[in-house]
Amino acid sequence: MGKRIAITGNFAIAEAMRQINPDVCAAYPITPSTQIMEKFSTFVADGKVDTELVTVESEHSAMSACIGASAAGGRVMTATSSQGLALMWEMLHIASGMRLPVVMTLVNRALSAPINIHGDHSDGMGARDCGWIQLWSENAQEAYDNLIQAIRIAEHDDIRLPAMVCMDGFIISHSIESMEMLPDDVVRDFIGEFKPKHPLLDIENPVTYGPLVLPDYFMEFKRQQHEAMLHVKDVVLEVAKEFQKISGRSYGLFETYRLEDAELAIVVLNSAAGTCKDVIDEYRDKGVRVGLLKPRLFRPFPYEEVAEALSGAKVIAVLDRAESFGGFGPMFMEISAAMLTNGSKPLMINKIYGLGGRDFMPEHAAVVIDEMKEVAETGKVKILKDYLGVRE
Amino acid sequence: MAADTIEIRWHGRGGQGTVTAAKVLADACLSGGKHVQAFPEYGPERAGAPLRAYNRISTKPLRIHCPVTNPNIIAVVDATLIDSINVAEGAADDAIFVINTSKDPKEIREKMKLKETQKVFTVDATKIALETIGRPLPNSCMLGALAKASGIVDLDTLLEDVKGSFGSKFSEKIINANLEATRRGYEEVKEG
Repeated sequence: MGKRIAITGNFAIAEAMRQINPDVCAAYPITPSTQIMEKFSTFVADGKVDTELVTVESEHSAMSACIGASAAGGRVMTATSSQGLALMWEMLHIASGMRLPVVMTLVNRALSAPINIHGDHSDGMGARDCGWIQLWSENAQEAYDNLIQAIRIAEHDDIRLPAMVCMDGFIISHSIESMEMLPDDVVRDFIGEFKPKHPLLDIENPVTYGPLVLPDYFMEFKRQQHEAMLHVKDVVLEVAKEFQKISGRSYGLFETYRLEDAELAIVVLNSAAGTCKDVIDEYRDKGVRVGLLKPRLFRPFPYEEVAEALSGAKVIAVLDRAESFGGFGPMFMEISAAMLTNGSKPLMINKIYGLGGRDFMPEHAAVVIDEMKEVAETGKVKILKDYLGVRE
Repeated sequence: MAADTIEIRWHGRGGQGTVTAAKVLADACLSGGKHVQAFPEYGPERAGAPLRAYNRISTKPLRIHCPVTNPNIIAVVDATLIDSINVAEGAADDAIFVINTSKDPKEIREKMKLKETQKVFTVDATKIALETIGRPLPNSCMLGALAKASGIVDLDTLLEDVKGSFGSKFSEKIINANLEATRRGYEEVKEG
């Protein structure tokens, strides 16, 4: 079994990368993900990994180098945050369009302007449609576990797509928490050897990546990308099952907490979910039937499964740590779409919270539960989209 | 906060090793079999500026992710902060204060107008640091004092982790001086 350690989210990711030992890592560090590369570069310098570390001049170049190395036939990883991911945007589509299983950690941070280095989900949500698999993580343990599983998922023969693992900037990346780290050989056996498909360096069998495709075939390419995404759910569950055998920790497409008989349900990603669980326990002690659903796999989104899990709820509050200006929060849109698939018609409210690292406190979760209680009693939603902990 | 969790708030100034102290305490409590968190309040890092750091120590897995607002233990690494900020803000009725000062606990209690149910411990950590380490770095000594005042970790476990926190980069002389500072903090802290 693993070893219990106290470690920051960033160092946990760096340790996972050391254990994974990728062939190539190209990176341009940015707050709050900087320490991942800082630590990983010491592993490279100390000969703890065989990785070719490519230090580049921007995140656009970092992703470009990752794409080249992956197409050449290597196992490739990187990490970024916020503006870094934004600068990669063009290349994110190229990685997924070329079906390259690059695995990246995204330490979630707000997007400028005004400039802010703290945690929110604007960066990851902005990359929703880039064709990358997205796994979200509540704490350092989940980020570490997700990164190891992401390798298997991205490289799976039925998938071959890039994947990003998200965790909250500062709240998780810079906080020390206790977690369990698996032994190196267990991780190495679990991920196995990388088997490249149609590598550019196989000069006996030359192939072309990313050629011009005109209207006569472009849609077929895009349709195939979507089809590949549809295989992800099964593979995520299959990999999770195997991961449980080596770790004792179970993962699904999402996590539910006291949701089975819940009339009121909170949907929330990442670190705020943990805080909500503590508050849910307090309300349960008072006899309030409230539960939680925390999405893990956000792309592809498991609509039917999420709808099924939430089908008993009368009221659902979806908490978003990202804005869609002039629209609902991105998670609210997904949950609304999910609930259309089974016709259970719950009353729904959307709360925007924690932008730019604004603390999400237990009091905020209590405000949401109290409001859901009122909505359940009156059958009326007063304000569909609102903000938590903001000055008016 | 549930009774199985102890929440700690550290008050220090940038450059005093306050964040490191919170980290070492987390390591020591982890060695003692507890679930732990250690995190600073994130802001511009400037030497001399007031800063806060936090710990949560629990017998159960910790799920909460937000700053500590109602601490059970308050460690003040720089006593001049008592004059400029309210270090007792939100303190639990039975909170333990551990303060780096040459003053007597009674004097501090009166000055801070603390409740009868709250406990005050003082230790002259800066003086001890100067005598042992030779520099005004009070964090090792504060850890010893906090361990004694709170009983959350035993001295031997703490000393192991103080030693471990220095890794292989520091000389044996510096490590031993810090261990001595930790031990003296444990022994010389006064309750009142």
